[in-house]
Amino acid sequence: MTTTNYDPRILKAPHPVPGAPDNWKRFFSFNTDAKVIGIQYIATSLFFLLVGGLLAMIVRGELITPPADLVDPSVYNGLYTMHGTVMLFLFLFPILNGFNNLLIPTMIGAPDMAFPKLNAAAFWLVPLFAVVLMGSFFAPGGPASSGWWSYPPMSLQNPLNHFLNGQFLWILAVALSGISSIMGAVNFVTTIIRMRAPGMGFFKMPIFVWTAWAAQTIQLVGLPALTGGAVMLLFDLSFGTSFFRPEGGGDPVLFQHFFWFYSHPAVYVLVLPVFGIFSELFPVYARKPLFGYRFVAIASFGITFLSLIVWVHHMFYSGTPMWMRNLFMATTMLIAVPTGVKVFAWLGTLWKGNLRLSTPMLFCLGGLFNFIFAGITGVMLATVPIDVHVGNTYFVVAHFHYVIFNTIGFGVFAGIYHWFPKFTGRMYYEGLGKVHFALTFMGATLNWLPLHWAGLLGMPRRVASYDPEFAIWNVIASIGAFMLGVASIPFILNMVSSWARGPQAPPNPWRAIGLEWLLPSPPPAENFEDDIPTVISEPYGYGLGHPLVEDEAFYVRRSQEA
Amino acid sequence: MTSTAPKNGPNIGSIVVISIAIAINLAIAKLMATWSYSWFPPQASSAAAYVDDLFALETGIGSFIFFGCTGVMGWVLLFNRAGKYDESDGAPIEGNTILEIIWTVIPLLLVFAIAFTSMKVNDTLNALGPKQKYAIGADTSALLSADPLAQVGPIQVIARQWSWEFRYPDGVRSSELHLPIDQRVNLQLQSEDVIHSFYVPAFRLKQDIVPGSLISYSLTPTREGRFRLRDAMFSGAYMSVNQSNVIVESEQAYSDWLKRSAKQALQPGLDPGRVLYDRRIARGDKGWATVPPAPAPMVNDPGDPSIPHDA
Repeated sequence: MTTTNYDPRILKAPHPVPGAPDNWKRFFSFNTDAKVIGIQYIATSLFFLLVGGLLAMIVRGELITPPADLVDPSVYNGLYTMHGTVMLFLFLFPILNGFNNLLIPTMIGAPDMAFPKLNAAAFWLVPLFAVVLMGSFFAPGGPASSGWWSYPPMSLQNPLNHFLNGQFLWILAVALSGISSIMGAVNFVTTIIRMRAPGMGFFKMPIFVWTAWAAQTIQLVGLPALTGGAVMLLFDLSFGTSFFRPEGGGDPVLFQHFFWFYSHPAVYVLVLPVFGIFSELFPVYARKPLFGYRFVAIASFGITFLSLIVWVHHMFYSGTPMWMRNLFMATTMLIAVPTGVKVFAWLGTLWKGNLRLSTPMLFCLGGLFNFIFAGITGVMLATVPIDVHVGNTYFVVAHFHYVIFNTIGFGVFAGIYHWFPKFTGRMYYEGLGKVHFALTFMGATLNWLPLHWAGLLGMPRRVASYDPEFAIWNVIASIGAFMLGVASIPFILNMVSSWARGPQAPPNPWRAIGLEWLLPSPPPAENFEDDIPTVISEPYGYGLGHPLVEDEAFYVRRSQEA
Repeated sequence: MTSTAPKNGPNIGSIVVISIAIAINLAIAKLMATWSYSWFPPQASSAAAYVDDLFALETGIGSFIFFGCTGVMGWVLLFNRAGKYDESDGAPIEGNTILEIIWTVIPLLLVFAIAFTSMKVNDTLNALGPKQKYAIGADTSALLSADPLAQVGPIQVIARQWSWEFRYPDGVRSSELHLPIDQRVNLQLQSEDVIHSFYVPAFRLKQDIVPGSLISYSLTPTREGRFRLRDAMFSGAYMSVNQSNVIVESEQAYSDWLKRSAKQALQPGLDPGRVLYDRRIARGDKGWATVPPAPAPMVNDPGDPSIPHDA
């Protein structure tokens, strides 16, 4: 087929490599290579980002005018429920597991995950529950429409009395997602603890690995509570039990405890790896060591610990006693401390740096800017008297989208651009990347900044129609949402065309420090194979002039020859 | 650890720049805090001013932090950008333990101060309007004596999919909540189906109504007017229209209204979901499944939703 000389190892490489035989079919198989699985996760979740985004645009289309005139209110409720569910369970969790798969083994010098088959099984559960969830659009009576919280007794009202209803399929999908996430978490934690390169003590691990570890620990502790709650909800819905049915002596608020015990920390499962991405990228593009590496590393587990004891702040006005409200207000506000340590460390990293504003750096800076804002509204929401006013209003919607899209989403895009050359072997187009950033930043700001005011004025969340005094904020928000839809065009164009015909990527295009950058682009199947480097320095030694590993020149040379 | 400060002692120039920056930031924070009062509906209950003050305090502190941090970002973006072919590294600063301690301890003290202030506001608000949740079937005498300081009530608030009903002590029933100004009223909230939430933005008050529980809830309206009552907990298909009004009026107007209403015969009250549901049925029941609305409450005064509300 071609006469290009390539390293025979490339035959084993899981990616299409210029000149090598086309091996795209691997991405559609039960492949146990973490790098294939990582790309499977990321491609699947980007597809569902489009699905969730489309649902969001219908929602924002409905909300551009005060009355419910685009879709029936029952349809609106199903659409926003599915928007949240798709974005969380089919976009954010899978895409971050994609990063875990690509980055954990390469960053710690492991050949693969500890349990490759479990890893592949965890991934293939994603398309499975995606089919269940998407199939629920065709269930009698439509999909689940009680919001992603699925609070009983609302979620237990099965209007058509079909056994196979949208809510049933929703719970099934969420439970499968939980199983997949637990399988992933076992794998990631084991890999991080057991399979680091020689010399890589915990305090020589890259921050992304620290944050992935901290995040996956939450999965292991919290997910069983949600899964237990979901099973009880399923039994109430389908088999006549009354764990949460008041008429049978059950307590609806009990479900809220089960739900938020996991679902609040879940935000930290998502945001911690993004803190990791920020901590990896700021040093590269500011050409400076990460400020206070050890503090940033330890702060990750500070966040993990605190995240597990804040869940009642979602129930400040559910009839929770005062001592409990005061306690959980204090714990919630305490999270600002370890988070602040990270934010100040990033600012310290930027200070006196030599900044290169490429696309990943722009997304990181934009994400940090938005995150500082989201952190401040977060402390406001933790304040009981303020939460009693703005809880369950658009202030909350605006706050959590500032976290979940304007911070986590931005970090995810930054990570995709930054590691794209490493794992595809191709460079992306910088110009298209910058257009993507500009549209995303403007769209996201227009979409969510104004909604804070709608919430302060008293617009409840989850409404299909609203009083005319809220119209102005909603019109601006809808324009922002459509702009975000447009922003996906340069992104898709960039990803597809650069992967197909972008310039070939060198092993280390960003002059970054890290084990993954000592590998060829894309890395061979088993990464370092038999020559695993011995780590001798802390990561992020920019400008310090000491090598990261023993005999670094050998690895650099080998990565360039591959 | 290396330090960011030059070896030859503090630089006068940078101290001046930093002092000016902090002064400007403080001024902006003060402006933001003042401005934040205009982001709310009018203050119509005794609780509202406390909430707004606390929010202004946090807006001030938050603005100082936000503009301080983003100011640093703006500074490095202006002055620390690499030239096109500049591949050199930045200053190799690895950290600074003193700074780390400062920016751990100061935020720690700050959040404790905010939490402590908020707890005090919690106590104040609890004294102004205590709330207590009782399981239905529990000792009802506890409920009846829930708020001995209340001057009006208890008024029963019944939430349904998707309507509100108010029952006054003398037996009058209405679809809009009438309250006399400056009098502490005790409400007893209950839901007949799913979780609803009693939310009056002008009062800055919100309380979930959990089926299977009775919630005693007190408040004092302080401003005459017609304020929106919204269902703030998602309660199914027509939750968005499950709204009513709270009419705060003079004591005289309130007792006149009670007398007038007592003479009116019971009639179907406000039932905003019904209109939409009937329209849906007329169009062939298209859309995704929903439970039908509960029957309209029978009330003496159905109110008039067409009168514009104040907030």
